[in-house]
Amino acid sequence: MRLNYPANLKVVKVPCTGRVDVLLMLKAFESGVDGVCLAGCLEGECHYLKGNLRARKRVEYVKKLLDEVGLGAERIAMYNMSAAQGQRFAEMARDITEKIRALGPTPVKAGARAREQGPRPGENEKEKGGE
Amino acid sequence: MIVGDRKPLEEILEMIKSYKKILLLGCNECVTVCAAGGEREVGVLATELNLVRMKDGPGIEIKEHTLERQCDYEYIDQIRPFVEEYEAILSMACGAGVQYVAEHFAQKPVIPAVNTTFLGVTIEQGVWSERCQGCGECVLERTGGICPIARCAKSLLNGPCGGSSQGKCEVDREVDCGWQLIIDRLTGLDLLDRYDEVVAVKDWKTARDGGPRRRVREDLRL
Repeated sequence: MRLNYPANLKVVKVPCTGRVDVLLMLKAFESGVDGVCLAGCLEGECHYLKGNLRARKRVEYVKKLLDEVGLGAERIAMYNMSAAQGQRFAEMARDITEKIRALGPTPVKAGARAREQGPRPGENEKEKGGE
Repeated sequence: MIVGDRKPLEEILEMIKSYKKILLLGCNECVTVCAAGGEREVGVLATELNLVRMKDGPGIEIKEHTLERQCDYEYIDQIRPFVEEYEAILSMACGAGVQYVAEHFAQKPVIPAVNTTFLGVTIEQGVWSERCQGCGECVLERTGGICPIARCAKSLLNGPCGGSSQGKCEVDREVDCGWQLIIDRLTGLDLLDRYDEVVAVKDWKTARDGGPRRRVREDLRL
């Protein structure tokens, strides 16, 4: 189809969206991503019967958690499409990218970077105590 | 099992606001089954706490650890080698677990992350319901296996009261009247004559009214 979609979308393959656990979605945010979207099969057409419906419920739950931690529920979304709907996939990629871009970078980005480079939290105090 | 409910994140954040290194301790028993404080919930809470703290800097150092049980000293001893490295323990066990961990580490603040709610059963995946209040003197034989203490809002032993309407309780229209359930079950068992017996006043000394309870089996003691 030679369709274009934004290059800043990283695709993580899973056998079914039913595999996507709450923790998996939260860990993505902890690693510093700006947003997450799930691309599940069309509702009622899950090979495993209810995988995509379960994923939708979990996304709704994660939305609440994201509001709680102050990242905002809009940073996660679930879309449905069949394997033959490449056009719809590209549309989703553009749609979510625009939405997340409007929200700006994740507020935890600075923290995620500091974590990668600097000392682990709590270590400074330990060093000071030893002096 | 003991059923619990995770405390709201805001409340947990307030309790741990002065700490930078915490040990987040889950429990593999009841709170795992009711999805309140098992290994998975430990992971979710650790990530949530991190996301909140990472907005202001490098976050919080959390060691995630889940014990087989927090209500047995053999398992609690497993955290002894590394517990000193952390400023506080945030426990996701029931109230019994939180207290028993605290008893073992006198110098370590132990904070609860779960509200312990009731002794109950799994109705379906994601739904739990109260069944027992641990009154210390079981009356289930007389009531067809349905507990009037736990299932009746007033814990009546000779019910129902006037608040029972169309099989539901007046405190909540979604709650079954415990006594309606008892009568239906006794009818089904053809044991309704038991309903005619007036139950004497219950001795609540065996329940909480007699003070904190303790059970000793001398033959098992070492």
